[in-house]
Amino acid sequence: MARHVIAPVDELPPGTRKFLEIDGRPIAVFNIKGEYFGLLNRCPHQGASLCEGPLIGLAQSKKPGEIEYTKLGEIIRCPWHGWEFDVRTGQSYCDPRRFRVKAYPAHVEPGTSVVKGPYVAETIPVRIESDYVVVEL
Amino acid sequence: MNIQFRESTEAASPLTAKDAIKTAIADCDIHPARATRTELYPYLAKRWQHHLEVYGVHAYQGMMEGPPYPKAQPNASRRDAYPPEGGPQGSSLSFMQKQHLDPSNVQLGVLNPLNTGQGIRNHELSAALCSAINDWQIDKWTSKDKRLKASIVVGNEDGLAAAAEIRERAGDKNFVQVLLLSRNVEPLGQRRYWPIYQAAEEAGLPVGVHAFGFGGNPITPSGWPSYYIEEMVGHSQCQQSALASLVLEGVFERFPKLKMVMIEAGFGWAPSLAWRLDKVWQRLRSEVPHVKRPPSEYIREQVWWTTQPMEDPERREDLFDVIKWIGWDRLLFATDYPHWDYDEPSRVLPPGVSEANREAFYLGNARKLYGLTA
Repeated sequence: MARHVIAPVDELPPGTRKFLEIDGRPIAVFNIKGEYFGLLNRCPHQGASLCEGPLIGLAQSKKPGEIEYTKLGEIIRCPWHGWEFDVRTGQSYCDPRRFRVKAYPAHVEPGTSVVKGPYVAETIPVRIESDYVVVEL
Repeated sequence: MNIQFRESTEAASPLTAKDAIKTAIADCDIHPARATRTELYPYLAKRWQHHLEVYGVHAYQGMMEGPPYPKAQPNASRRDAYPPEGGPQGSSLSFMQKQHLDPSNVQLGVLNPLNTGQGIRNHELSAALCSAINDWQIDKWTSKDKRLKASIVVGNEDGLAAAAEIRERAGDKNFVQVLLLSRNVEPLGQRRYWPIYQAAEEAGLPVGVHAFGFGGNPITPSGWPSYYIEEMVGHSQCQQSALASLVLEGVFERFPKLKMVMIEAGFGWAPSLAWRLDKVWQRLRSEVPHVKRPPSEYIREQVWWTTQPMEDPERREDLFDVIKWIGWDRLLFATDYPHWDYDEPSRVLPPGVSEANREAFYLGNARKLYGLTA
């Protein structure tokens, strides 16, 4: 599993997301309350740029008249048909049996560990002291 | 250690020229929008410009507060369809070309403007706004991109004024159909609308009936529903009432060359509606002796259906059964761009369709119906 440097941590503050193409695959990386998550930026339903949708919460109801709104800012809503997926897992709330967005682990690594890569040293040698968001693909 | 540094790329539409579908398509339901509130003013007499500033428009609408849209998504549209230069979704030709027409390989795009002058209570203003919309469609869209064809928007509640607008535009190659909406003051088969059908038949233009509109009546026959999701389903109920009215008032019998296109209300319900109509017609035909043949015959001969939003049953064979009843030669592919329930051309048709039917579905039927055979 290759690891890819996405950005220095200070370029991806909480509540933001970043779009990239890695090995031909459109990827979005989110910072949600200090945690990082990677998703394939393609809705499994009809292929929209899933992560251009809004981050909302999850509305659930155990019985009519009672609505629980949880996971605030953790549910991505597709910009086309409104299908909802959990950013943490890629889990669908429409049809969890059939539809799931491919999720990629993302985390922070110290600059001293990632600068050993073949490209990084040439591209951003002055930022070795930073920590980087890394996604595994 | 295997780590690669990645430059950030722009978040692009998943449809790029690179992975465009090979199949050329017709898109029989595209919604162009105005970029600004006053964009129609150059096509409106000063009298109506002033009228709009002072009085605004008054629709036949039950809910007095707030606009009927946005619902579900901003402007009922895709969030990724805002033009980069600003303005609402669907208001930029160049962005529509880049995001939709080019990558989707659209060879024929039929424009159906909404929020026009249709369903406005002041009939003179309605006629003026509809005429302005038609001029605007030529200026801003069809004259600038030959793939695009316009629908003649008419003031539907004034049949005579609507017929005059149709005759005015007849023969103009910028236009390929007449546009009505499913929600009107009265069911669409009634006599006040007959001049529209007569003029359309004379001009050889199909009449498209698009879901939505303002008739002042609830979206469902049982009253105002609580949720948008009920309204979405209600559109097919409206369309069924409109179609039943067209058959039973004798519109198809009276105008045998008239072609109707049911737009954006599904088609899965068509067989059962036709079966039910046939059954009650056998028992009650003496009430409507002007309906000389089983209703299903008129429907099969004179009605076409746009695909979006297409029914999506668990078993694709169920969909094929419905289409078999309707006829593969009667479906017109549509995306509804830029609206939120857009159908992606390459993902919409399940596998298992013959090459000839695929071609008819995506392009051939539309070219034939609209008289644009290549």
